[in-house]
Parts: sequence; structure tokens; C-alpha cells
Amino acid sequence: MSTRTPLSRVEGLGAAHDGVRHFWRQRVTAVALAPLAVWFAWFAFSQIGADRSAAVAFLKLPFNAVPMGLFVVIAAIHMALGLQVVIEDYIHHEGHRIALLLLNQFFAWIVAAASLFALVKIVL
Amino acid sequence: MSNQAKAVATPRPLSPHLQVYRWPVTMATSIIHRTTGLALVAGTLMVTWWLLATAMGPVQYDTFSRAARSLIGQLVLFGFVWSLAFHLFNGIRHLVWDLGFGFAVPTANRTGVLVIILSLLAATGAFAYAYAAKGMHL
Repeated sequence: MSTRTPLSRVEGLGAAHDGVRHFWRQRVTAVALAPLAVWFAWFAFSQIGADRSAAVAFLKLPFNAVPMGLFVVIAAIHMALGLQVVIEDYIHHEGHRIALLLLNQFFAWIVAAASLFALVKIVL
Repeated sequence: MSNQAKAVATPRPLSPHLQVYRWPVTMATSIIHRTTGLALVAGTLMVTWWLLATAMGPVQYDTFSRAARSLIGQLVLFGFVWSLAFHLFNGIRHLVWDLGFGFAVPTANRTGVLVIILSLLAATGAFAYAYAAKGMHL
């Protein structure tokens, strides 16, 4: 006999009250990052020995600026999701865990915002 | 001697812990996936630094450039490139698992060895090519 209430079953959120949202977001960002990471590796490789003006000229092109913007933002989201699991696995003190989870989220936002700021400044 | 002290002094049978197991490939790749994920946090910060340096001006770009070309910078970059390669290849392996394929133990072991070898080849190949053909030097 199940002790689950009908409401709990309908909500489908489980013990973590979050359902499969985290799992799914991690996969969706992973699928997006696979081609973007290959693009980024190719781009980084092309920048070996290049000076600043070459990097600026490259990033000013829409077909390079947009993938770069997508890469840094989606990587920041994927990073926050991954670090969240590491924190939840290893930090057992509830107060420390909550504080670190908060910092983790802020960190990802700062990384994304700083990267986008730089990209906009380069492109404009 | 109190009962408690006696209990502490008597060697108790301990349950087997991590160090007594032979490392299966799948365990190694799982641990490396998490470790390279953590390393990629540092890599992401380097990308952000590079973008900011490019945006700010030639002086800042030169500072980044000199740091990246130093011996420590090159070692960090190699770690970044290998971590990215491993996390990408093993991440694709995870996505294939999510689709329900490749769970048989011999298959999982073989794909595990494959991603380790491929990631090392990609990283060393990229650096060898950069040094030999693109004029990268310390």
C-alpha cells in the first residue's frame, strides 16, 4: 500500500519537491553545449598568436558574436547546475549548504553578466 | 579499563572502503567527469577574463596574453583543453546512456577507455599542432 497522497502523485515533484527539472535542464544545456564547445575550441585555436585587433574583428561578426554569447550564457547555467549537485553531495551542514548554493547561483550570474558585458563592449 | 576504552582498543572488523577496490573504468570516468567539470569552472573564468581583456584594451589584452604564454599558463591551458575534451566526449557518452544505449558492462567499459584515449589524443594533438604548425612557443 502506498502512503503517497493523490496530490503528491499528481504534482509528481517527489521528495526533493523539484521533480525532474534539474535533471532535464542539465541535459538540455548539455545538448546545446556540445556543438557550441566544438565551435569554441575551433575559435580558441584560431586565436593562437593573434593580437587583440584580430580577436575584436572576429567577434564583431554576427555569426561569431552570437555563438560566443550563447556559449558563455549556457555554460554558466550548466556550470551552476553541476556545481549545485557537488555542493548538495558533499556539504552536509544545512546552513553552509544553503549559503554555498546561494553563492553558486550568484557566481554563475556574475560570470554570465561579465562575459556578456565584455562581448557587447567588443561588438559595439 | 572501562568497557568503552576496551571497545576502542579492540581492532574491530572494518567494512571495505574505496582503497581496497580495483578501480573499474566506469568508476574512474565518473570521478573524472566530475573533476573535469570542476576544472572547467576555472576554464570558464579564463574565458571571461579573456573576453574582458579583449573588451578593455591592448594593455589588458597583453596582460592576459603574457599570462597565457607563461609556463604555468600553458600548463593551465593544457588542463583546460583536456578537461573540455574529456567532459565533452564523456558528456556525449552520458547523453547516449540517457537514450538507453550502451549500458552493458563490456560496452560501458569500452566506451570509457575510448573517451579517455580520445580526450588525451585531442588535447595533446591540439597542443602539438599549435606548437609545430602555428608557431606557439613559451
